[in-house]
Order: sequence, then structure tokens, then C-alpha cells
Amino acid sequence: MTLIGTSVKRVEDKRFLTGKGRYTDDIKLPGMTYVCFVRSPHAHAEIKSVDISKAGNMPGVVKIYTGADLTEVNGVPTGWQVNFKNGDTMREPKHPLLVANKARHVGDAVAMVIAETYAQAKDAAEMVFVDYNPIPAVTNPQQAAKADAPKVHDEFADNLVFDWALGNDKAEVDRAIENSHHVTSLEFINQRLVPNAIEPRSAIGHYEEQIDKYTLYTSTQNPHLTRLLLCAFVLGIPEHKVRVVGPDVGGGFGSKIFHYTEEALVTWASHQLKRPVKWTAERRESFLTDAHGRDHVTKAELGLDAEGNFTALRVKTYANMGAYLSTFAPAVPTYLHGTLLQGLYTTPLIHVEVDAVFTHTNAVDAYRGAGRPEATYLLERLVDTAALEMDIDPAELRFKNFIEAFDGVEQAGYQTQVALQYDSGNYHPVLQKALEMVGYEEFRNEQAIQSNGKLLGIGFSTYIEACGIAPSAVVGALGARAGLFESAQVRVQPTGKVSVYSGSHSHGQGHETTFAQIVADRFGIPIEDVDIVHGDSDAVAFGMGTYGSRSLAVGGSAIVRSMDKIIEKGTKIAAHLLEANPDDLEFANGKWTVKGTDKSVGFGDVSLTAYVPHNYPEGLEPGLDFSSFYDPANFTYPFGAHIAIVEIDKETGKVTLKRFIAVDDVGNVINPMIVDGQIHGGLAQGIGQALHEGTIYSEDGQLINGTYLDYVMPRADDLPSFEIDRTVTPCPHNPLGVKGAGEAGCIGSTPAVVNAVMDALKSYGIHDIEMPVTSEKVWNIINANS
Amino acid sequence: MQAKVTITVNGNVYERTVEPRTLLVYFLREELGLTGTHIGCDTSSCGTCTVHLDGKALKSCTMLAVQADGCQLTTIEGMASNGELHPLQAGFHEEHGLQCGFCTPGMIMVAADLLSHNPTPTEHEIREALEGNYCRCTGYHNIVRSIQNAAQRMQEAVSA
Repeated sequence: MTLIGTSVKRVEDKRFLTGKGRYTDDIKLPGMTYVCFVRSPHAHAEIKSVDISKAGNMPGVVKIYTGADLTEVNGVPTGWQVNFKNGDTMREPKHPLLVANKARHVGDAVAMVIAETYAQAKDAAEMVFVDYNPIPAVTNPQQAAKADAPKVHDEFADNLVFDWALGNDKAEVDRAIENSHHVTSLEFINQRLVPNAIEPRSAIGHYEEQIDKYTLYTSTQNPHLTRLLLCAFVLGIPEHKVRVVGPDVGGGFGSKIFHYTEEALVTWASHQLKRPVKWTAERRESFLTDAHGRDHVTKAELGLDAEGNFTALRVKTYANMGAYLSTFAPAVPTYLHGTLLQGLYTTPLIHVEVDAVFTHTNAVDAYRGAGRPEATYLLERLVDTAALEMDIDPAELRFKNFIEAFDGVEQAGYQTQVALQYDSGNYHPVLQKALEMVGYEEFRNEQAIQSNGKLLGIGFSTYIEACGIAPSAVVGALGARAGLFESAQVRVQPTGKVSVYSGSHSHGQGHETTFAQIVADRFGIPIEDVDIVHGDSDAVAFGMGTYGSRSLAVGGSAIVRSMDKIIEKGTKIAAHLLEANPDDLEFANGKWTVKGTDKSVGFGDVSLTAYVPHNYPEGLEPGLDFSSFYDPANFTYPFGAHIAIVEIDKETGKVTLKRFIAVDDVGNVINPMIVDGQIHGGLAQGIGQALHEGTIYSEDGQLINGTYLDYVMPRADDLPSFEIDRTVTPCPHNPLGVKGAGEAGCIGSTPAVVNAVMDALKSYGIHDIEMPVTSEKVWNIINANS
Repeated sequence: MQAKVTITVNGNVYERTVEPRTLLVYFLREELGLTGTHIGCDTSSCGTCTVHLDGKALKSCTMLAVQADGCQLTTIEGMASNGELHPLQAGFHEEHGLQCGFCTPGMIMVAADLLSHNPTPTEHEIREALEGNYCRCTGYHNIVRSIQNAAQRMQEAVSA
């Protein structure tokens, strides 16, 4: 039986269902100490003095560190360099582990209080007296880009991190826009979001003097990269002396990709104190310090001819980087955003400009989708708005402008105007299927006769994303300071059981099941005979972690490569045992058979022979254990069509999401149940941006809604059951034909919901509505115009 | 100042001396090592710390350990019996009601409370019952299915 394409129930479930998951905060080591940080309450302030004398005498206090203790220690680095258009180097300030002289956002850590218990550390932190001199702050990226804005870093002339452009010749695009029959123009804020993994970040540093070795347990999506950055760039400790473990991790959504100051601090402090040092964020700290997402201020213009063909797209974005550059931050508004502006359309001319700016806010980095949701939002809002303005059906307008199907094998990949070459795509069927599922004609009829004090609206989004991140040489040329391959070791044990060591990291994605399916299917062994090991830099040779919907496309492909090597060597051993020529053997269903005969030898026998090589091919090494490093040939390009139906209560302005239809094409599917789950979760987060979520900063830089009491995420009764389906267009360049499913839901859904709201409100003559679309905003629109 | 408490958790009686300010959730995690009950926020909003107190679902971050003195608690660790999963645990497994697993204990505990007084809830009733619990992974879709699956199992067990 084939396991590929089967909804195998998850093998990792049991420990989570019985309360036996092991998250970082669950780990308790002998002699452990606990950290509470003193964080700046000001967005921008000089630190005149830090008085720790009273705090130092509090019960249980072990040690208090301030910025002055760390002036010789490096800050945390960024992993991507995007230079100015004129070639000048990107501005890259130090991101100190503790700030000594100046706080640059609310939550910047000023002191680290370490005590015998967390309560004692918290008590003592209350007694650290910091004398601040608050100075004016700026939080909006467009404001921050102005010459007279308060400066975030004194060493630079202004707040610009870099300016950047991509696409066709600017003058040509300008001309095409000017000469278009119709231009649809939108200016909006793609608001800042807080990823809000439900497990708060946590880190434990554990230096063991007797073996001169460090262990860092941390809630990370990315243990090896964390180790590399920690060792080579921050603390200067030898990498082979450091083990980084990402145990069970309670969701990431991007926010746990990055190397954070707290990870370096607990590691450093455990060496100073020769004791384990643990820090776990309180939720308010997560709001202030987990890297945020989005935060673009954008002007986007789409030119169309009289028939509705897209003629040109012009985009200008101010991207908020926050006060410091987080690990992937420079890549997000540029290579993960500008490069996606072709969408699914044949737009012949595209130009995008991005100014990345510092502000007095927490760092912004990759959050589920990372750049691609921002690109999709502006494109799909433009398309539905253009359809409304030109009185063309929004589905028809999309069909008219879709790129025709190409499989990437018989037909070449599609070369976009914005650097990328799509691998394979077939865009008409996803929208066609979604229209059938929604019952489009019936809906329009129902909408026309709606008269019960409610307004019905339908919104579309047809998106593409670049996943399977990423070909190393390509990203290297674009400024990445790391490769983005993946590693996998497949170890066949003497008894024929298989251990797989993957550099991908599972924090909800179900790798322990999906990867095991691939292995069990290929080797023809029971899935119970396969164990997936991940998240430990001492166990796994190397890894680039999990993000950018890359685990299966890149990490899974690395497993396939190692399995190829196992089969190849196993064939030599089997041929020896069968006294046959290796070329005459075929491997299927767990055994090697001499073609055309009933002579065969099983996987288990060959495994045992590899480790008990008494009767063995001459010159062949014993053992059955191979590593591979898979570097993808291209990104993968999943796509899909999402349709939202909303109902608005005219009395209250309340928007109810009545239905959500998603048809996604993520290439081949290994475990449909898990893929569907990924889509569901992504949809909820994308819908959250449309209707619920978004940070609010005060003028002086305070995060006003920094708790779960006032930052609203979708709850169970805010969402309908989702109606989802898929088409399958295999990826032509990886051995599994897979494209990645983690971010699709989050990328496509946001504009579909906002477009549905706009459709419902079309009689009110508004051009746009700001996210999140709250009842208050809708009520004001309805009442301002009636 | 220290206070003595006697609390029964999953059928075991624990006598401990605690600081009066100790929250019940810290008591469970730090004193008893029952780390299946999680902490996801500091405002009693996320529901990951949900346990049963004398049979009713309760966010264990909203209560002091001293207030639970003399009470009977059930945590996620006490839901399976004799190695057999509780129908809700089985339902969550069957319907892929969990991804990262962090909210799962709270979801199961709140669902168990729901099914104890409403054995055949509608989808709407399930969604309303879950509104004190955040999940960021599943979009709740499969959590709803999981609870429906468990309700079905429990109904079948009753009629069998």
C-alpha cells in the first residue's frame, strides 16, 4: 500500500494529548536560576543611570547584569544585506544584548535580573531604578523617512535602512501608467501584526564547566542557524562546544526563526555563573519583543486598457524595520515582496520601490507569509477595485489576465518582470473550482434581493507565493548571508528500523508523520519502524530550520536523496546475497528481487548484512547510513483562489464571515489531513489580519494593545467551518513534486475578506477601508453616507 | 510567609507549603511537575492553563494555590485512564485537532466540561464553549470536528 497521499494519523500526537509534550519552559535543570528583564517603558530615552544596589540585596538574587557589563559583547546580527540603490552599504546598527546608553523601543532590555526563583527575580526587577530621559519617538515608517523625524540611530544621517527597486525601467512603467485607459490607485497601511504563537518564547542556557560545553534549549524554529549566529557572530564561542536544542515548540509562525538577544544572554550568563539560567517570556514581553510582521505603508497603481487587460503596475512602499534589524528583516519587504508582484497575471510592466526605515518600535521580520501577504494584498485589492471601477466581474477580470498553464517540463517556467521564474502553474482551474464551490451565480442573485437589514458581499483573491526557500546561489546573490539548503541523514539500523535526522524543525507541522510516510513508503516498511529526529544540533548534522514553507520541498527532498543512496548501496549488498548482477535487481515493497524471478531478499536482511558483513561485497564499506544536503534548483510556487462571503449588519456595522472557500494548489500532497490543517490555520491568521488584528502605537511609541485583552485574534466563534479543496500541479524540480502549504492560507485570505467587505459596502461610495475591518469603521461608513 | 495546602490532583493527595501569592498554575507546574498545564498569557485570556476544579473547567492562572486548598483537581495528565485515551484525546487524534499541541490540554479540558453538561452540542455551541481558549494553529476547524467526534464516541459508549 502506498503511504503517499494518505491521511495517516499523526504519530507525534500522543505526547501532546496526554500532557507529556516537552516545551522549553517545562525543562527544569538542577541548580537552575531564573531571569526577569528590566525593560524600557519608553520608546526613545537616554539612560542616565541604572541603580541596582537595592535590587542586588533582595532575597534570592544571584546576579544583575546591565548594559555596562556587556559593552565588549557583540550584538545580534542580521542575516541579510540589502544595499542602497546607489550601491551604498545597508545601514546596520549594533543590536546590543542589553542597552547601556539609549533605549530605542518600548521593551528594549536594560537589565537582566537573575535569582533563585522567578518570583524573586521579578521582585528584584521592580527594585532596579533606571533614570531615563525620554526623547521624541517616531513609529510610522513614512513619517520616520522624513528628514526632520527623530533619529533612531545617531550614527546615521537619517532613518533610512536602504532604498531598493525592482522590475522594469521606471520611466517606461510611468509612461504606461500615464497612457492607460484606466488607473486604479490605492494607498493603504498593511498593518503591523504580532505573530502570537501561544507558547511564549523561552530559553535556557546551561554551561557545564567540567566538559566545557554549552547547551541552549530554546523555543526556536531554527536550532542550527541559532547556533551559528550565537557562536560566530555574538559570543565568539567555538561552535563545536555548543549544542542548541529546540524541543517541542508551541507554534512559531515565523517569530521563532530569529536569533534573539535573550538566547545569547542566558547562554552568556550561564557561563559567567556556572549555573543554568532560564528565561520565559510573559505574554506582555512577547508583545514587546517577539519580532512583529507586516507594517507597510504603500501606494499601488494598476493600469488597465479599455478591455481590462493589465498594462502596468507601480508600487511604492515604506517598510517599517523597527529599531533594529532582525535576522531576516531586510529580505521581507524586498525579495519576498517585490518579487511576487507579478501575481498570477501577465502584467507586462512592473516597477516597485521600497524604502526600509528604522522607527522606535520593536523589530519587524518574517511572519507567516512574510512579504508575500503584503504583495498579494495590494495586488488583489487593486484587482477587485479595478473590477468595481470598470464594472467588470472580478472573476472575469482575473480569468482575462491569468498567465496560461505551463508545467515547467514540456513548457518552460514563466519568467516574471520581477526576477523570479515560476516553476509550474495552472491558474484557471483553481478559480473555476472555487466559483463552483461558492455557487457564484446563485450568490449574486441572493445578494441582489437581500433586504433584511444586512449587506452581503463577496470577495476574491487569487494568489501566488514563492516557497521552498531557497536556492542558495540565488539568495546569496540577493544578499543572504547563509545558504538555504537542507540536510538529512537516513540511518538504517541493523534490524532494519530507520532513524532519520532532519535539519527541518517541526513545531506543529507534523514532520514526524509526513517524513515517516515518505520513508516508510519508499523502503516498504511499516511507518512504526521509522523515527524522525529533529531539533537538536548534536543529533542532526546541520539544518536551516523550518520557515518559508520549506520543510517538505527542501528538507523532504534531502531525505529522498539519502534514501536514494541507501537503495543504491543496498542493491549492491542484495546483489551479493542473491549472487546476481546489481543491474538485474529491482527494489519494491521492501525487497530486492531479481527481475523476472521469484528470487528476492528483504530490506531487513540487507540491513543486517550491512552491519554484520561476513558475506559481503568486496571493497564495500559496512553500514547503511547516508547524509545528504539538498539545495533546491528554484523556489516553488504554490497558488490558489480564495473566496470570502461576508454579511454586514447595518445597525451595528458588525462583519460576519459567513463562508470561506479556498482552492489551493500546493503541488503533490503527502498527507492530505496535515495539508488541510495547515491551510485552515493559515486562513484563520489571514482572516485575523482582515477583521481583528493589528498593533496600535501611541504618538510616543507605546504599544497600546499589548495584551490579549486588547489585541484581538480570531476565536472559535469568529470563524466559520472552512470549505477547502485543491488542484495538483506538481513541482517539476524537486523529487517529491511538492510545493509547500504552510503559508498559503495566510497569504490568500486577507484580501478576499476585505474585498468582500468592499463589495458589501459598494453602494456607500468608498474607495478603501483600513484593516482590521472593525464594526466601528464599518458603522462609521454606513452612517456617514446615509 | 508560607501557607500549607492539601490539594488532590488526578486522585493523588499533595501536601505542600507555598507562598500565598503562588498561582495554581505555577503550583501545578513548578511544585508538582505537572507541565501539561501551560501558561500562554498573563491576562486569563488564552485558556491554555484550563484544568477541572471539582469537575468544572477553570483557568488555573485565575486562582491562587491556597484557594484550591482541599479541592479536587483534574489536569490533562489525569484524563487517560488505564492507558486508554479519553474520548476527547482520541477525538483530537482522529480529527487532527492539534498541531503544535500547546493549546491542546486547555482545549480538551474545556471540551470535557462542555460535554459533561451538553453531550450533543451543535457546532455553534462548541464554538461558543471554546471562546475562552486561543488556538493559533488549527483555525479551530478540526478542533470542532474533534469535539464532535468525541461526543459521538461518548454517546456510543453510553448506548453500548
